[in-house]
Amino acid sequence: MSNSLSKEKAKSKIDKYAADILRPMQSHGGLELWVLLLALGFVMYVFAYFIQLRDGLGVTAMRDYVSWGVYISNFVFFVAVSLVGMLISAVLGLLKQNWIKPLTRVAEIIALGFVMVAGLVIVNDMGRPDRLLNVFIHGRIQSPIVWDITVITTYVTISLLLFYLPLIPDLAFAKKRLKNLPKWQYMLFNILSLGWIGTPEQYKILHKGIRLLAILIIPVALAIHTVTSWLFAATLRPGWDTTIFGPYFVAGAFVAGAAAVVILMYILRVNYKLKDYFTDFHFNKMGQLLVLVSLVYLYFNLNEFLVPAYKMKGADAVHLHTLFSGKYAVLFWGVQIFGMLIPIILMLFKKFRSPGWLAFISVFVLIGAWLKRIIIVVPTLMHPHLPIQNVPEAFHKYFPTWIEVFVTLGSFVMALGIITALLKIFPVIPIWELAEEEGLTEEFESYD
Amino acid sequence: MSEKNKESKSRREFLKTGSLIGLGAVAAGAATYAGFSYESGKGSHDNLPLKESLTDTEQKIKVLTENGDLAEVDIKSLTPVEKGEFQTALQHQGREGIAGKHWTMVIDLSKCRNARMCMAACQNAHHLREEQHHINVLRMQDDRNSAPYFMPKPCFHCDNPPCTKVCPVDATFKRQDGIVLIDNERCIGCRFCIAACPYSARVFNWFEPKEVEGDDELLYNVELNVPQKKGTISKCLFSADRLREGKLPYCVSACPNGVYYFGDMNEDTVTNGTTGSTVRFSELIRDNAGYTLLPELGTKPNVYYLPAKNRLFPFQYEGKTTLDDEEHI
Repeated sequence: MSNSLSKEKAKSKIDKYAADILRPMQSHGGLELWVLLLALGFVMYVFAYFIQLRDGLGVTAMRDYVSWGVYISNFVFFVAVSLVGMLISAVLGLLKQNWIKPLTRVAEIIALGFVMVAGLVIVNDMGRPDRLLNVFIHGRIQSPIVWDITVITTYVTISLLLFYLPLIPDLAFAKKRLKNLPKWQYMLFNILSLGWIGTPEQYKILHKGIRLLAILIIPVALAIHTVTSWLFAATLRPGWDTTIFGPYFVAGAFVAGAAAVVILMYILRVNYKLKDYFTDFHFNKMGQLLVLVSLVYLYFNLNEFLVPAYKMKGADAVHLHTLFSGKYAVLFWGVQIFGMLIPIILMLFKKFRSPGWLAFISVFVLIGAWLKRIIIVVPTLMHPHLPIQNVPEAFHKYFPTWIEVFVTLGSFVMALGIITALLKIFPVIPIWELAEEEGLTEEFESYD
Repeated sequence: MSEKNKESKSRREFLKTGSLIGLGAVAAGAATYAGFSYESGKGSHDNLPLKESLTDTEQKIKVLTENGDLAEVDIKSLTPVEKGEFQTALQHQGREGIAGKHWTMVIDLSKCRNARMCMAACQNAHHLREEQHHINVLRMQDDRNSAPYFMPKPCFHCDNPPCTKVCPVDATFKRQDGIVLIDNERCIGCRFCIAACPYSARVFNWFEPKEVEGDDELLYNVELNVPQKKGTISKCLFSADRLREGKLPYCVSACPNGVYYFGDMNEDTVTNGTTGSTVRFSELIRDNAGYTLLPELGTKPNVYYLPAKNRLFPFQYEGKTTLDDEEHI
């Protein structure tokens, strides 16, 4: 009697999962408007990029001294945000932090969206994108750019697998559950679920595969952002010529990525009505995680700025003066205070780790993280070792043109487009993992 | 022609042969062609002589065979090489460099008065836009109490070049004669080399390059970096094309004030571009306490400066005889 009752209970629980998590895949309220907005942004991007291709990179505000601008900053930001996939699925997963289970797919989707577009962002910055293949034909292994391309491609591959593998049982489940799936989606799920029937043997292989990928992705993810930091650290310029850039970038990446995950969790909680899955508890935990990584980042910032500021060595001093009290002071202090210090202080209190507050704070953190990349890239280029002379006024300053703004917005449009598509086509929470947590694997698989 | 007569005969012969050897290494056909081009080209840019001129006389011509022997053949027996093939040969000799040389430049700061003839000659030769400088005369002053001076700044053709290291496609490279060049047929325009160069020696073609008549038909010469191309890098080339002809770089010859010396470190001689006098490189550096810029960066430049002491011209720029505090380096 009691056995059948608990069975009944288990079945209703699985039914609830199915209803809650699979439903948003079929209700498209407001989606059209959002897609239209993205499409509009994309058209603007194509238009702006076309002009850039036709007239040359001169349509940007970049010139011979500030020769890397918002495109490269944005590239660094994209790579940074994508690192969160590794932090959540791999690091916390392997540490048996089971509370991350409902968030893993969201983190992987963010990682995929951003890292896939990162490659395109760098192509947008090239003077001769038509010669992209030269990198493969004439590639020099000595160049950090070639390292970057290698590790980013590897990271995309592993991230795709780490997104896909845990999706298999859910695809088989959704295929059975959702009766009115469009034909293409049914076919897609059918093919991608690889004939999953949920035998213990299959589960064993699945767990093994996920574990292997989780281990594999850690060094690769560290590599992508470390190598990205070396694009700067491998030069002799004051401001970039520092040895802590690798870990400094990685720490900053975790901050940006964690903030992005919180924001997306909040959107899904409201829009997909997933209150029971992205609970106050999860936001509280993510808040703690964000404080932790922000504190690590703060520590690196202290090292990066205070140590040279104490010495005020020639060229470094010029750089630091622009940041602390010169042209970039407002941006620099704005980012440090509103993007790092105040968020850290607030998030130390439990009240500010509630969903609404945390999402609000995360927006500041994320915007701060984006602007921080500008601070890392641009000011250094503005004061080289030798004076900037005998060039037009435009060479002495940098402020992005509208072309750069639209091309950059375009990269966000594309990343958000990928994220939206993945969130719409696939279940956003790994249902089988929730079932497994509750010991309901049998019920999860037994539906017919 | 009078300019040619000034140079010593043996030097001319040597360089002529040198140019033949450079091409001979590629293909006998290309070598033959280049030889002809050298004789009839007379310094103009017509890399492709007219086909008819090959057949109208009984003229003999010296060519270099593939195994390095000099031979004389009837000009009638020659056939012109395809444009593409000649381009390959040009690219090849450009990447090889001139064997046995180690070019160096010495800039005497005490003689510079900011005449900027070097800048003009350079921009003219390399078809640069007004704001693009392969060589740039900077106004320098170390601090309030030190003296201001003018400092021409070309590319330093470092022996440990930070720029070539970072290039992802080997578009910028160092040759055996020490020159760092750019292949704008290969450059992808990533500008990593601009970021890497601590001397800000590199410029980028942000727009379509300056329109120069005849550029359309011109074969790309990596030693001149002409025609310039949109979306690629350019920089000082030590006038590698002039060196191949046994001439001094454009900037060096253009200077009216004797600022520049140029020569071969292996021969230990440098020639002043204004006076034409040739001196021992090592003695010039030693006697005048020559130095390189930012040696602490370990780039090992091949351009040396002689200190701005006992200057021939007082520093004056836009009515000022000293620089403002914020302009001090």
